[in-house]
Amino acid sequence: MSESITFTIDGVEVKAKHGETIIEAADRAGIYIPRLCYMKDLIPHGSCRVCTVMVNGRPQAACTQPVIPGIVVENNTPALLKHRSNLIDMLFVEGNHFCMFCEKSGNCELQAMAYRFGIPAPKYPYMFPKKDIDASHPDIFIDRNRCILCGRCVSASRDKDDKTVFEFTGRGPEKKLAVNAEANLGDTDVKVADKAMSVCPVGALIKKRVGFEVPVGKRLYDQKPIGSEIEASKKN
Amino acid sequence: MSNSLNDFVKTVCRKHGKDSSRLMDIAEEIQQKHGCVSGEAMDLIAKELSIHRVEVESLVSFYSFLSKKPKGKIVVRLCNDIIDEIKGAEKVEEAFCDELGINVGETTPDGKITLEHTPCIGMCDQAPAAMVNEVIVTNLTAAKAREIAAELKKHANPDKLTKKPGDGNNADKLIFSMVNNNIRKRGEVIFTAYEHGAGLTKALSLSPVEVIRDVKTSRLRGRGGAGFPTGMKWEFARQAPDDNRYVICNADEGEPGTFKDRAILTECPDLMFEGMTIAGYAIGSEHGILYLRGEYAYMHAFLEKVLSDRRKKGLLGKNVGGKKGFNFDIRIQMGAGAYICGEETALISSCEGLRGDPKTRPPFPAQKGYLASPTTVNNVETFCCVTRILDKGAAWFMEIGSKGSPSTKLLSVSGDCKLPGVYEVPFGIRVSDLLKMVGAEDTAAVQVGGPSGQMIGPADFQRTICYDDIPTGGSIMIFNSTRNLLHVVSRFMEFFVEESCGYCTPCRAGNVLLKERLDRIAAGKGEPSDLEYLQELGESVKLSSRCGLGQTSPNPVLSTLKNFKGLYEKLVKKSKDGLMQSFDIKAAVAGAEVIAGRPSEKF
Repeated sequence: MSESITFTIDGVEVKAKHGETIIEAADRAGIYIPRLCYMKDLIPHGSCRVCTVMVNGRPQAACTQPVIPGIVVENNTPALLKHRSNLIDMLFVEGNHFCMFCEKSGNCELQAMAYRFGIPAPKYPYMFPKKDIDASHPDIFIDRNRCILCGRCVSASRDKDDKTVFEFTGRGPEKKLAVNAEANLGDTDVKVADKAMSVCPVGALIKKRVGFEVPVGKRLYDQKPIGSEIEASKKN
Repeated sequence: MSNSLNDFVKTVCRKHGKDSSRLMDIAEEIQQKHGCVSGEAMDLIAKELSIHRVEVESLVSFYSFLSKKPKGKIVVRLCNDIIDEIKGAEKVEEAFCDELGINVGETTPDGKITLEHTPCIGMCDQAPAAMVNEVIVTNLTAAKAREIAAELKKHANPDKLTKKPGDGNNADKLIFSMVNNNIRKRGEVIFTAYEHGAGLTKALSLSPVEVIRDVKTSRLRGRGGAGFPTGMKWEFARQAPDDNRYVICNADEGEPGTFKDRAILTECPDLMFEGMTIAGYAIGSEHGILYLRGEYAYMHAFLEKVLSDRRKKGLLGKNVGGKKGFNFDIRIQMGAGAYICGEETALISSCEGLRGDPKTRPPFPAQKGYLASPTTVNNVETFCCVTRILDKGAAWFMEIGSKGSPSTKLLSVSGDCKLPGVYEVPFGIRVSDLLKMVGAEDTAAVQVGGPSGQMIGPADFQRTICYDDIPTGGSIMIFNSTRNLLHVVSRFMEFFVEESCGYCTPCRAGNVLLKERLDRIAAGKGEPSDLEYLQELGESVKLSSRCGLGQTSPNPVLSTLKNFKGLYEKLVKKSKDGLMQSFDIKAAVAGAEVIAGRPSEKF
């Protein structure tokens, strides 16, 4: 389909295809809108809110908001950067994220986002919640201390693997990632090759026996900040 | 036991056509019969409905009235909102705990009675109140609580607790509840004599497009709080291409301090059902759903009877009102204890047999709502207005009220006043006039619109209640000068923490953080910089939250920071030694002292 719609992001004209969301159009144009729950090819969840942009002066999640012709989108403003930074802080303190011991370190999108935003430590007080872990599966490990409830594994398992191994239970601060069994992941039909196993942005869904395979320095975000792959594709 | 559970689950699932979109009803019936929806029951339901067990668990874990763990045959739910608290709920709770020998959250050792807290049950005008299964008990005292507990231990029959019924239709044998509707002021639009069917007859004499035109002309706006123009909502739903469309009435009034729909539902439900039928005709829908909050289960049988009477009279069913080809019927969907389901897309999720998560917008319900079909969701009071507009005309409707906000508004008034209850007043009423009307003296603050609204002080009492000045879904809570307003704010934040669905980051985590810092300040351990912290955090939650809950949940903090800043400023102080006052070094080293086996030498 042709690029039939035009709109602006921070004053730059961007072309979009009919039905595209703001984040899809921005990605193709090489404009990075920070995000955590959104992942290409999965149904946008719109839960982390990090991709919040102003659309004609009103806040919208760029991952769920379709482009409308002529809209004025603000992305890189001091106010939005502050709110996003606050959201990243919230995600850190509502979980138990110990980057220095975590095998996802260097490949973790939450950690990388904090670096991109220049957050050395969250400004909010840690909640230190008690979270369950699940090592019952021979090849997979769940550490809910690190889960940011982004819904990627839920969507991938349901929509790509056709299994619905994961869903959320509870509500509010008690909301958690649950598995399709009385208690343990080991009792589900999840396989390490499932799509759901390759989508976790943090170290919550971990493949066993492959941790720390990539040496420090060669990990995903060791050299360049998260989002630079999108910015590198910017058309000049 | 397992066999009987197996048979029961099968029977219930089959009764609902093995339709997974009816999972709410299925889970509620199993909960009622077995006191829980156990893991075993979840497996059985999943098998019967051909869905995944974790989907059943997701729903059960979401609603307060459903549980995986067994509860007693009788569940006593003590309303613990702020109004109940100031009316003495604590003494009532102590009496229940003492008499039953358990704490809140526990079940008696014989497994018969469970004691719980629940947020506002819509009885603030007769607080303290509680639910005993579906039975409402009001105006509680410690003595009454002891009597109730003793009776329940003896006969275990909540129905026997109602000795004398309340006013109006509360005495109807299908309701028979001690609830009083306390309609203190009747207006010209809702609580007035009306000829049954007059509005519908007029509507059916017009074309659907003309009906929508009349509603648009009247400038009727949603009465639930958001104030969206009703006619426009209907037009969008009508224009969206689909074979099916739905009309949903939002009777989930969960905003603490709101109980006006309770009065409509028991005193003039026909007015509301007629409005829903008119909406069905206008948008081209054959299906209506009344989403009734679980707390109002005591009026369920009565409302079913009203619906069946309407079917007998030809006002629902095939060729409604004699109009050939216009078929419309209404079913009642019971909620199960979740404030978020008052949000229209969460309400739709709930009707679909899902956890009450709000949906991603766009698409809006008018485009893709219930079961992905165009849907209009309107408030109980809004539908009543529609019936009256069609009967008496848009011009008549607009003559009442203020220029920008036509007609009347129902207000639920509670707290520190002599005459709590439901008032039908014209829009544009001054807050000070309202306070006089309800017998409020020495008023320090009024919470307009419930926790999600705003707290105003005497400086704003000359302002008016209408869409252009202070809008409200109807909750008016009054606090006199003896009340600790920051405590009120803290209780409101506690409510939002508990009722957030947890879907998005700012609402799930941000409300917890707002409450933490607020409580720190209230405890006298806040720094001056904490005020900016609260302001910025509140703004982030408001701006980035996904639905109306999180977009309004910081309001208790933000509106008091604006209108009662002095209260905060009095409590915060600069630290003398440069250490944060909230930091307790003794507590911080306590763990290390245990490990070292000796007290700290330095601290």
